[in-house]
Amino acid sequence: MKGLLQDLHSNVFEFVRTFGSFQIFFLRIIRHSPRVLLRRPGLVVKQIYNTGALSLVIIMVCGFFVGGVLGLQGYANLARFNAEDSVGTVVALALIKELGPVITALLFAGRAGTALASEIGLMKATDQLSAMEMMAVNPVRRVLVPRFLGGVIAMPLLVAIFTCTGLFGAHVVSIDLLNVDVGAFWQQMQLSVDIDDVYEGVLKSFVFGVVASLLAVWEGFNAIPTAEGVGRATTRTVVITAISVLILDFMITAVMI
Amino acid sequence: MLRLTMSDNSENLIEIQDLMYSRGTRVIFKDMNLTIKRGEVTALMGPSGTGKTTLLRLITRQLVPQQGRILVDGVDIASLNRRDLYKMRQRFGMLFQNGALLTDINVFENVAFPLREHTQLSNRLIRHVVLTKLHAVGLRGAADMMPAALSGGMARRVALARAMVMDPEILIYDEPFVGLDPISMGVIVRLVKRMNDVLGITSVIVSHDVAEVSTVADRSYLISDGKVAASGSPDELNAATSELVRQFMHGMADGPVAFHFDAPNYAEQLLGRDSE
Repeated sequence: MKGLLQDLHSNVFEFVRTFGSFQIFFLRIIRHSPRVLLRRPGLVVKQIYNTGALSLVIIMVCGFFVGGVLGLQGYANLARFNAEDSVGTVVALALIKELGPVITALLFAGRAGTALASEIGLMKATDQLSAMEMMAVNPVRRVLVPRFLGGVIAMPLLVAIFTCTGLFGAHVVSIDLLNVDVGAFWQQMQLSVDIDDVYEGVLKSFVFGVVASLLAVWEGFNAIPTAEGVGRATTRTVVITAISVLILDFMITAVMI
Repeated sequence: MLRLTMSDNSENLIEIQDLMYSRGTRVIFKDMNLTIKRGEVTALMGPSGTGKTTLLRLITRQLVPQQGRILVDGVDIASLNRRDLYKMRQRFGMLFQNGALLTDINVFENVAFPLREHTQLSNRLIRHVVLTKLHAVGLRGAADMMPAALSGGMARRVALARAMVMDPEILIYDEPFVGLDPISMGVIVRLVKRMNDVLGITSVIVSHDVAEVSTVADRSYLISDGKVAASGSPDELNAATSELVRQFMHGMADGPVAFHFDAPNYAEQLLGRDSE
């Protein structure tokens, strides 16, 4: 029993310590961000390319098929009530408010988040970050902040692209395959989707961008500098980002609904 | 080039006073005192695991001592804030054991990296300086190669070019001779000596390579059990009568430093009796 309490105490202590370190890390990233954006925009643009442009294929393919599935399911279920013309509304609201930001964030964690964490972890393991320190270059400013900002800027763009390709997928399935009326599909969507729905999607995409990018650079920067340590950091990036995104999605929806 | 203005112009550039450093329960340094003189080539030698690389990291404040002081030009390096520490570090050049080249940029950009970060030099001038440094280490022709395409020895030579591109006052070498072929080693040894003689650079070398270090070092420290076990010129160490110094300098298996890590009786272990 005493051992159990000791374990509990050390685990709680470790959790509080890690959480505190994470907050300080976040503040350091935020503090350096304006300077990096203004003085080294080239570094940020390079990272937008690495995290955003290189994720385009997976985002567009997944977006198309998610939209297609929504079109199929929406049609099949709405047809029971003779409301298949509303399939555009269902697909649009689902993609803009929920699935677009959430699935993009999960895909981002799997593609770009793991790449960021492993790259930074390997830089640490091979003394590249120490070498920067020795050259009087702050690795937080030179390595972490551009990657963080790249992810934060890329995420809303990726969500927009995911949502558009999703709508295109739903259009192909509903109109070209299932013969839903094209006018009804788009008109119902226009009437039902409000600007507030778009704001909700944009807010979520921004929050998820901050969370996914921050967790990736944090895990990479704090990876144990061994092959196993970098592997674990990469895995943790995906797991913690996925859990965080889903919890935050629930919280934001609960507040905004 | 940025320089911290120091009032201390004594001949001791780096002074380590009563240094204590431990990692977990393992004490690495205890009451260590050591002096590195301005303009000399100083070698830090010792058996594996004595903490020579750790000592370099303490001198450059990548690590902070638990007790004692490390003075660089009279300034306690542990007391500096980040801004002053970075100013101080611009006076250092460090060659890491594995080179530590940035893997996402080519050889040229690696050497140019400190110049681009700390100076406003034109691209033309940067190109001139970088090619000069690469030429000095014999790798001007490899300027466009990526670090992944270099051998270990080549990577270390590029890292040396990068370490000296800002014309530092203090050059720190962590195992500079490992993995170099005899030709490259000869060139690098002469380069270290020439930079010291011509530019007055203070050099600190961590190495196991007794023969090569002896040709270049003005003073050597032999570190063992967390302290300086012996010091002096290479000739003095070679002539020393201490068993530890003789064992290390002449590479003898028998002596105070055990070749084998602590282990149970060999025969008993082979017969499986050690676990009974």
